[in-house]
Amino acid sequence: MLATAIASPAERDIGDIAPLLSLTGVSKRFPGVRALHQASLTLRAGEVMALVGENGAGKSTIVKILTGLYQPDEGEILIEGRPFSFASPRDAWAAGVTAIHQETVMFDELSVAENVFMGHMPVVGARLVAWGDMRARTRELLLRLECDIDPDTPLKTLGVAQKHLVEIARALSHNARIVIMDEPTAALSAREIDDLFRIVAQLKAEGRAILFISHKFEEIFRVADRWTCLRDGEQVGQGRIAEVTPAELVRLMVGRSIDQVFPKRPVPIGDLALEVEDLSNSTEFADISFTLRRGEILGLYGLVGAGRSEVMQCLFGLTRPTRGTVRVGGKPVTFPSPAAAIEAGIAYVPEDRQVQGGVLQLGVRENTTLASLTRHVRSGVLSRGSELADTRRLGTRLAIKAAHWDQRLQELSGGNQQKVVIAKWLATDPKILILDEPTKGIDVGSKAAVHEFMVELAGEGLAVVLISSELPEVMSMSDRILVMHEGRIVRAFEREGMDAAAIVTAATGGS
Amino acid sequence: MTLLFHRYFREILLALIVTGLVLAVGARAPVFLSIESLNGVLTDTAILAMMALAQMVVILTRGIDLSVAANLALSGMVVALLSEQAPDLPIFATILVATAVGGLLGFANGALVAFVGIPPIVVTLGTLAIYRGLVFVVSGGRWISSDKMAPAFLAFPHKTLLGLSTLVWIAALVAVAMALFLGRTRVGRGLYAVGGNPVAARYCGIDLGLQELLVFTLSGAVSGLCGYLWVARFGIAYTEIALGYELSVIAACVIGGVSIGGGIGTVTGTLLGALFLGVVVNALPVINVSPFWQMAISGAVILAAVVINARAEKRGGKLILPEARRAAAGGLS
Repeated sequence: MLATAIASPAERDIGDIAPLLSLTGVSKRFPGVRALHQASLTLRAGEVMALVGENGAGKSTIVKILTGLYQPDEGEILIEGRPFSFASPRDAWAAGVTAIHQETVMFDELSVAENVFMGHMPVVGARLVAWGDMRARTRELLLRLECDIDPDTPLKTLGVAQKHLVEIARALSHNARIVIMDEPTAALSAREIDDLFRIVAQLKAEGRAILFISHKFEEIFRVADRWTCLRDGEQVGQGRIAEVTPAELVRLMVGRSIDQVFPKRPVPIGDLALEVEDLSNSTEFADISFTLRRGEILGLYGLVGAGRSEVMQCLFGLTRPTRGTVRVGGKPVTFPSPAAAIEAGIAYVPEDRQVQGGVLQLGVRENTTLASLTRHVRSGVLSRGSELADTRRLGTRLAIKAAHWDQRLQELSGGNQQKVVIAKWLATDPKILILDEPTKGIDVGSKAAVHEFMVELAGEGLAVVLISSELPEVMSMSDRILVMHEGRIVRAFEREGMDAAAIVTAATGGS
Repeated sequence: MTLLFHRYFREILLALIVTGLVLAVGARAPVFLSIESLNGVLTDTAILAMMALAQMVVILTRGIDLSVAANLALSGMVVALLSEQAPDLPIFATILVATAVGGLLGFANGALVAFVGIPPIVVTLGTLAIYRGLVFVVSGGRWISSDKMAPAFLAFPHKTLLGLSTLVWIAALVAVAMALFLGRTRVGRGLYAVGGNPVAARYCGIDLGLQELLVFTLSGAVSGLCGYLWVARFGIAYTEIALGYELSVIAACVIGGVSIGGGIGTVTGTLLGALFLGVVVNALPVINVSPFWQMAISGAVILAAVVINARAEKRGGKLILPEARRAAAGGLS
């Protein structure tokens, strides 16, 4: 009773069962960004609640608060009406909450059983690990997921889909009442997704509450009972799935009904910029062959872990291939290092901007000129004036919002950080631009800006490779799509033949 | 069988190398293969083995303890002074005091790392100097020679049981305890998680600060114990004992396959690493290598072993291709 009285005024379902878990008025700030503001969420036993929202809307923050990794600045967490505070993941487990996180947080060097039970291993006596018991329980959990991996297998030898199943097994091993699933199907094939949904149904029948986070509407509408929508850290709506349509959800997520992806305008396709033949590496990819022309945007699609970034990193000189030839502008090349690749006109905007792209402690100007410092040397010394000129030019072109050009990168929003990273690579005057998940985790406005920008660059004669896991983005931006699965290119699609279902089937290994 | 071979490849290789080395030196100087000589090698290596096991636990969690030798010296000097002042103290009490002093010094390291958040290398670099300085302060710069130490105090490391020195037996005990701790307790397994992926370990509810406190205290305690054993064995305590020994300890770990990046390492490997160093150091005088060359050769051998190990580890790249994963699983599933 008390819980429903505190619940948001939008809640009109008085006849419902009392909530199992409710968040009310929860806020969380980080330096420079308001991740959550007075957000509310209610989970009921035996129900699947879908949490929808754009990247950066606050979904991951809620997950981290519920699992004890962050503490809210204000607001309440109630479980069955009683207030709880989670100072650490252990508190969350004790309260009956577990999560399957978006980023796989696992131990490659340890075995499957150790990964599943790390932190709560079964013991014999008071201290010794009960290995036999642990192995048996792991096997049981994996069988529930229709997976027959040996519990002693080292995790690093498993494929990404299998690793994900182990992570699901880990969440189930806690026997929690509240199960959070954050993008659980990113790396799974169609059959494995069916298995997952079967488990979800089982959990529902057992009276557990499930928080399901996904941006794939087919899945949400298939498995969820209710929905809650976040936008820019605030809750903007909630209700029953049966009473809402995907279009309405998109409008709530985005704040306006738009075609959020900027479609590619036809642009004159020029000569061959890049030719790759039989590029292979002993562990990451094999038999990679494709061509790229000036003015083209080539989409590279696949599940997480398919090997797309690895191929591009090899082209960029970060790793060495064991076989294959690469030709830039008709001439065969080998890149012993990224410096050589940059010299040849290749630029690579990496996936993880905070770890691989920008130096957070340095300023916008320093980051922007990082890859092109030799251009700013005057009589053996760096010219700040020259650096500023370039930074200003690119900053204006990309509409980078910063207080001043020396503001530290870590103080900018995700979208602006990404623009700085892109600016850095544009400063090298590339002929071939490789973008690895350029719009991951940035707000809608910046996303649209990046797309528009890509089309502009293609129009200026750049050859662009777009690696993306978002099907709508890849389909509307690319002239051609290559689909990778487990290290190989399995299918190629031309503009006319692009079919969403066929692309996804190819990416998951089907035919 | 092939399963075991793949899993323990590094240890098997190291064991073969050590055996090969012993036989090679024995071929040159047969006296090396005598029981007394081999026993001597084991006894000499015992202290190194214990220190290496303690260091391994710290390195597993992505830390490092450079203060172990200074800790050994300080603990050793404290019990030597104690023996001088109270010669009737039972051995058991002496060992307890040494271990406790060492443990306290280790705890100080752990507290600075865990609560103040200073990187282990910086903390232990500082305490390395502080503890070494304290040896001078505590002893007033004096040398405590064997005539000042109680007979029981000196006799203990030289006792033998079944032909093996007590040093070897204590080392064996420490090794077994360590193997049990790392292989069979939750905290022990958790150390591999902390070193392998600290973020994931935190997600699993492991308190990283507590683990750091634990490993440094353990490392300190073992250093303290070895402090007594060293001083009693050589019958002398002075400011400079075991000067620079921390480098041999770390070398033993690295040769034994412990990864400096954390998360990888076994008790067997570390013991073999210590044995390898022990054999090399003992073999060089036997084959008449001048003492001036000994240090250079030891160093070169250590580098070689480390390079071989590093190349084995670096066979990296993510395992994406199905054939690559099957190869890595090597016979499993």
